[in-house]
Amino acid sequence: MDHLTIHFPVGRSRLLGRQQQVVHAVEDVSFSINRGETLGLAGESGSGKTTTGRAILRRIDPKRGTIRFRGRDITQSSGQALRHLRRHMQLVFQDPYASLNPRMNVLDLVAEPLIVHGIYNSTDDAREYVLELLEQCGLSADTADRFPHAFSGGQRQRIGIARAIGLRPEFIVADEPVSALDVSIRAQVVNLLQDLQDELGITYLFIAHDLSVVRHISNRVAIMYAGQIVEIADRDTIYERPLHPYTEALLSSIPVPNPQLQRDRRRIVLSGEIPDTLEPPSGCRFASRCPLVEERCHVEMPSLSPRSETHDAACWVR
Amino acid sequence: MADRLLEVDGLQVRFFTRRGVVHAVRDVSFGIERDETVGLVGESGSGKSVTSQAIMGLVEFPGSITAGDVRWKGQSLVHGPTAAADIKRIRGNEVSMVFQDPMTSLNPVFTIGSQLTEVTRRHLGYSKMQARERALELLDLVDMSNPRQRFKQFPGELSGGMRQRVLIAMALSCEPELLIADEPTTALDVTIQAQILELLAELQEDLGLSVLLITHDLGVVAGTCDRVCVMYGGRLAEVGPIDDVFETPTHPYSRGLLNSTPRIDEVTSRLVSIDGAPPDLVAPPIGCPFAARCEACSDRCISEMPELATIEKGRDVACWHPFTAS
Ligand SMILES: Nc1ncnc2c1ncn2[C@@H]1O[C@H](COP(=O)(O)OP(=O)(O)OP(=O)(O)O)[C@@H](O)[C@H]1O
Ligand SMILES: Nc1ncnc2c1ncn2[C@@H]1O[C@H](COP(=O)(O)OP(=O)(O)OP(=O)(O)O)[C@@H](O)[C@H]1O
Ligand code: SF4
Ligand SMILES: [Mg+2]
Ligand SMILES: [Mg+2]
Repeated sequence: MDHLTIHFPVGRSRLLGRQQQVVHAVEDVSFSINRGETLGLAGESGSGKTTTGRAILRRIDPKRGTIRFRGRDITQSSGQALRHLRRHMQLVFQDPYASLNPRMNVLDLVAEPLIVHGIYNSTDDAREYVLELLEQCGLSADTADRFPHAFSGGQRQRIGIARAIGLRPEFIVADEPVSALDVSIRAQVVNLLQDLQDELGITYLFIAHDLSVVRHISNRVAIMYAGQIVEIADRDTIYERPLHPYTEALLSSIPVPNPQLQRDRRRIVLSGEIPDTLEPPSGCRFASRCPLVEERCHVEMPSLSPRSETHDAACWVR
Repeated sequence: MADRLLEVDGLQVRFFTRRGVVHAVRDVSFGIERDETVGLVGESGSGKSVTSQAIMGLVEFPGSITAGDVRWKGQSLVHGPTAAADIKRIRGNEVSMVFQDPMTSLNPVFTIGSQLTEVTRRHLGYSKMQARERALELLDLVDMSNPRQRFKQFPGELSGGMRQRVLIAMALSCEPELLIADEPTTALDVTIQAQILELLAELQEDLGLSVLLITHDLGVVAGTCDRVCVMYGGRLAEVGPIDDVFETPTHPYSRGLLNSTPRIDEVTSRLVSIDGAPPDLVAPPIGCPFAARCEACSDRCISEMPELATIEKGRDVACWHPFTAS
């Protein structure tokens, strides 16, 4: 019954770069995720999606702000408590090639977290359970003794997912889990993630830059731009009635696989590029590219404010 | 057809590797008319880049064109005593290319200006002044802000989108008739992709360019092309005008691909997925390359290769059991 809430007002998660410059990677980001739901986190390259996901999993420490998991503040958790937390919060990576140790076979790979967390004593003990996990992820039993290089991208991603669900986590951060896969394979992995959610009640933070996949899989969607969340709402609101001019432009620039529709659509082509996170502008970070920009936007930063019960946006004009 | 610029006819490309012979491109035929934009789509490894390399005469060792022909305005670029000289003359002049990887296509140690002027000096024998003039004109043509400043910058100082504009400028240096763009926007963010696609469409219109656009994104094809060629396992599965192919795809693969693409404008409860994975091109199946994943597959599909055949005017499909409107 407890509401899984991850509160995340990270004021300045500053990552130190070379020359002591500060990357304002993620700034003042707050949102919550409800148990059993999928929150899609979308935005362009460098907008801070991965950084946010890693901070939630306590893989990087925020400069400011708190993270709550099941109502408990976990921002300062360490040692035993952090290890215990990691059991319940897992990560699925983007790159199915780099994220699996090439010298371990599939059985060892999937068994490893189970042994680290003391569920099983050895790979042999874990074997039966691992085979069950593989089957659940659509991999046959004979894959267990093979090595990652023998698998295609889609199969490797399945192995990564089997590894992540073994500890029966309540929460999974999936960081671009299908971006590296071909369209026909992408659908297989998206379906698998959805099936696992139905069976096991897992909560997802689904990070992606592909807004079509995000629309398909998410209950709610947050849009990031240059380290900040500019809009967050339930899925259909974001896609059908976006408020933030960035969300609007972003959605309109995604090509639809329908020639007729594509010809008739109104497209907003933004000029310019994403601002430098080393010296972010003092006002709205989207101001330099925004078609609706007003004077105030350059001066003062708009904060995320409620527009309806399920819809927040950060914009002075809309 | 008088205004056919390029004709690819029964093209076959093989790579002779230690692992075996990679049948990268098998019996691919299509044409490009003047003023036309043709899309070449397919998933990773389906043979798109190799096809374009073959057109440009740039197939890398250990590969070679083992059968078929590429004709530019009716003249073979593969066979005959002058083919080698002809393709050298045409490449970069009448046909030019924007390569898949924008990072490696620009030399990091030379300025944008020197790389741009080099092309016109070498190909057109421009003087230093003429080349500089032309380079600035080209940077302006591709909507680069501050051309004079960009001229002096190094590739590393530019964003991905700007680098792509430079590569397009470079490809347009000698006023080509055909531009081959291999995944020109894949590495870019969608708002930058939209800028580049708009630029390509403008250039196509203003300069009367023909374009061969290679991509794996069906949305990009829908928004920019007149016709589309769908590749699978080194072969063409389907060719036709985009409206027809997107509305009534006849090949089970094109159909599956469209159904498994999540869409920004629609919500579906479950994606239709195509089970299985593409074939190994070292030992491609003797029958239809899609047979192992196809729902309509019959015994004939496994034992006999379906050839690309015309089902109605302008529409070709390689399948024993194509979907038809009726
Ligand atoms: N370890 C680090 N040191 C310095 N800067 C970093 C580090 N990690 C990330 N950044 C910077 O923080 C910003 C946000 O990066 P992040 O990886 O979170 O973006 P993202 O939204 O996940 O992008 P992508 O879609 O490319 O994965 C970027 O400007 C990036 O350069
Ligand atoms: N230099 C090479 N040596 C050996 N095999 C090669 C070489 N270049 C390409 N191939 C093989 O040829 C086949 C077709 O490759 P190609 O690069 O044309 O695919 P593609 O459709 O462009 O894919 P992508 O979408 O990943 O760019 C692949 O199986 C590839 O492994
Ligand atoms: S030839 Fe047979 S296997 Fe191939 S696509 Fe057509 S129906 Fe499917
Ligand atoms: Mg990332
Ligand atoms: Mg390619």
